[in-house]
Amino acid sequence: MNSGYVLQQIVNGLILGSMYALVAIGFSMIYGIIRLINFAHGDIVMIGAFATLGLMQLKQVPFFVIALAVLGCGAMVGMVIERGAFRPMRGAPQVTGFIASLAVSIMIQNLGILFLTAQPRNFSFPAYMQRLIHWGPVSFRVVDAAIIVTTVLLMLMLLAIVYRTRLGVAMRATAENMDVARLMGININRAIWATFAIGSALAGIAGLMWGGKFGQIDPLLGYVPGLKAFIAAVIGGVGSISGAMLGGFLLGLAEVLFVGLLPPIYAAYRDAFVFSTLIVMLLLLPNGLLGRASEERA
Amino acid sequence: MLNIDNLHVYRGKTYVLKGVDLHVNAGEIVALIGANGAGKTTVLRAISGLLRPQNGHIQFQTAPHSDPIDLSALPAEKIVSHGICHCPEGRGIFARLTVRENLMLGAYLRRDTPQIQRDRDEITDLFPILKTRFGQTAGNLSGGEQEMLAIGRALMSRPRLLMLDEPSLGLAPVVVQTLFETLRKINRRGVTLLLVEQNAVMALELSDRAYVMETGRIALSGSSNDLAANDAVRRAYLGGRR
Amino acid sequence: MMPNDNRRLILLLFAIAAGAAGIGLMRGMLNDYLLSIFNFVGIYIILAVSLNITNGFTGLFSLGHPAFMAIGGYVTAILTLPLMRKSMFLPDLPAWLAVVELPLLPALVIGGMLAALTAMLIGLPVLRLRGHYLAVATMGFLIIVQVLITNGDRFTRGPLGLNGLPAMTTLWWVYPWVLLTIYTAWKIKFSSFGRSLLAIRENEMAAQALGINLFFSRIGALAIGAFFAGIAGGLWAHLITAITPGSFSLIMAFYIVVMVVVGGSGSITGSIAGAIIVSLLTEVFRPIEEALNVYGMGEVVMALILILILVFRPEGLFGDREPAIFSPRPNFPTGRAPNKIKGE
Repeated sequence: MNSGYVLQQIVNGLILGSMYALVAIGFSMIYGIIRLINFAHGDIVMIGAFATLGLMQLKQVPFFVIALAVLGCGAMVGMVIERGAFRPMRGAPQVTGFIASLAVSIMIQNLGILFLTAQPRNFSFPAYMQRLIHWGPVSFRVVDAAIIVTTVLLMLMLLAIVYRTRLGVAMRATAENMDVARLMGININRAIWATFAIGSALAGIAGLMWGGKFGQIDPLLGYVPGLKAFIAAVIGGVGSISGAMLGGFLLGLAEVLFVGLLPPIYAAYRDAFVFSTLIVMLLLLPNGLLGRASEERA
Repeated sequence: MLNIDNLHVYRGKTYVLKGVDLHVNAGEIVALIGANGAGKTTVLRAISGLLRPQNGHIQFQTAPHSDPIDLSALPAEKIVSHGICHCPEGRGIFARLTVRENLMLGAYLRRDTPQIQRDRDEITDLFPILKTRFGQTAGNLSGGEQEMLAIGRALMSRPRLLMLDEPSLGLAPVVVQTLFETLRKINRRGVTLLLVEQNAVMALELSDRAYVMETGRIALSGSSNDLAANDAVRRAYLGGRR
Repeated sequence: MMPNDNRRLILLLFAIAAGAAGIGLMRGMLNDYLLSIFNFVGIYIILAVSLNITNGFTGLFSLGHPAFMAIGGYVTAILTLPLMRKSMFLPDLPAWLAVVELPLLPALVIGGMLAALTAMLIGLPVLRLRGHYLAVATMGFLIIVQVLITNGDRFTRGPLGLNGLPAMTTLWWVYPWVLLTIYTAWKIKFSSFGRSLLAIRENEMAAQALGINLFFSRIGALAIGAFFAGIAGGLWAHLITAITPGSFSLIMAFYIVVMVVVGGSGSITGSIAGAIIVSLLTEVFRPIEEALNVYGMGEVVMALILILILVFRPEGLFGDREPAIFSPRPNFPTGRAPNKIKGE
């Protein structure tokens, strides 16, 4: 095991981590504003992947436009989910919202099976995306580089929106205290909707990347990124955008290094490892690495 | 300016306000005093729209001689746009946002940017401590500073009616003095005040008129001077005979 | 009170006798398909009622029930597998296990006890969590168990699973266990233990202040639920005569949750009703799905039903009460009556 191999694993981890981070950010934003776990968040990734597949069938559409369309598609699905499943749950106990979002997730997955069949579909980006680039001991495909660059760009845009715009302040105020936000004249329904739209758009584009990276998609693919996003968000601190970014990259790195550096027999235990990490995090560091302590309401 | 008529409000299943009548005239300072749990906070929350009344009317004149509108059916965001600002219990500042962002949130519904800037400068002159802490997270401020931030933020919305819920809570007496002087200054500039207070002594000193609430109803009302001299009030809320 | 109690006891005995006669009749008259449906309904009742003890009574939202089913199912299967098949499927079993072949009852009980034991061990760390974090942790536990089973080839034959299990599950096996589960849940609900579970569900801090030991009560609730889940898993395995790591998945956890929510979290009658409704619905959908090639429709409908119930009638059919004819005395006071609007 030489340094080149380790470096390659790290690069792979960062690529995987970018996708986890994008999904985790959306998840964390939604949790931050309505304090509910959106189980269906991972399934938006699946929808994004299939939307990309569908759009790629239309030969004339440039890739950039496909990406924008997928962002929009993700946003719309997110807004529908908010209006249909989460808005009616506002004020209900935490677990009720959880069950509802679990139901939405199962519904989306099975609608996918219903209309798209459970057969995995092949997914391939245009040839120039698949080209290998060599950079010293490390090699990666163009699509991998695109993933990282796009992720960084999107994160910067997100931070700009959240910290520099009127909407962003409204979102952050609503996340902190809904009642007082209303007293400022903020329309919290719109703030929540916007949060869902942005978070889901990110999940959608992560679906595009996921398809490009793994080459095969099926209606149940959302399960994995959904859970990993949750774990990443918990690691970084649920509710914190920067925490989600950090958690996503850490999780990606940890997963790749776990498989890459440990003897192969342990590879099959990867999911058990990941979930054990989750349980440990929830017990020892419930606020994650960057999160703030949540108030225990008496 | 503000007229509340036979207001009945429930919080969940609890029957809190059992027929409250009160009014506030433009330019006044009106105090609402009473023991814990009497329903004072609920009155403010019903006015600002955080709670919906079961029965009764809340009429508000949005401009000096206009027809009053009924607030009880409007959502809180709309009510704010009519010129009512509610400073909730515990100040309600956004601890994770900066002082600057908190202040600017007060002007969330306003579009006249140059005027907003000027107002902000005025307010930071009124509360110089906010200028020093301008870029800091609001959670780092002391209790008194947070109260000033809350009021400053409220002023940024140029309210016609400013409602304060227990502004003196948790503040040292000296700070409370300054606070109430500032409130008087604000009132002289033309802002009508409706004040909910546990500190009955200071509330009656500051206000023109007052209402005493007991278990969901108005027990007494009148000019603050009269109430301060009233024996029953003295015994219950002002610490007995002087 | 006495004549009332006596009357109810006689009614109960009569019902049991009628039930036994009914079972005998059904076995004689009905075809295998219908018999298996009754068996499944019975197993689902066990699952729903036992989940209600954990989720409904105590408010511990656990998605890990299928994991306990898997533990019970695999343990029972390994213990009842005829020696020849055992050596064929699981050649590397430790010697003391390879020579064991038990009848169904002891195997079931051992399976259930091991499931309960696992619950107690898991409960130690995991039950410190609350609300949806607990739910996610139990889901993680489910995944971990699945991975361990898939990779524990020595004991479980890995992803291939075990098949050719003796088809020992019959109505005579299932329904006594159903009665036992209901009886246990009933006894718990109307005992001081049950009241302390309810207290924990409603307000933990207050419960603690009353001297209720949160920790033991919660672990107890989890373990009892797990025991019956393990039994159900064993019965399931010997009904289908096969068991694989994928048999007990998140979807099954979801279905059991739907049963409990539809019936009313905290109501035993509700869980029974919910189990019957949901399992019959899935039976109705299966042929439709196969005929029209619309797989997944059953799950979509089930999810839709759940969302509608959560929005429009979150307390389910029975809330957390039992219908008056069944209960020994007034239902214990809760804040949640099934007919809030009618001011009950």
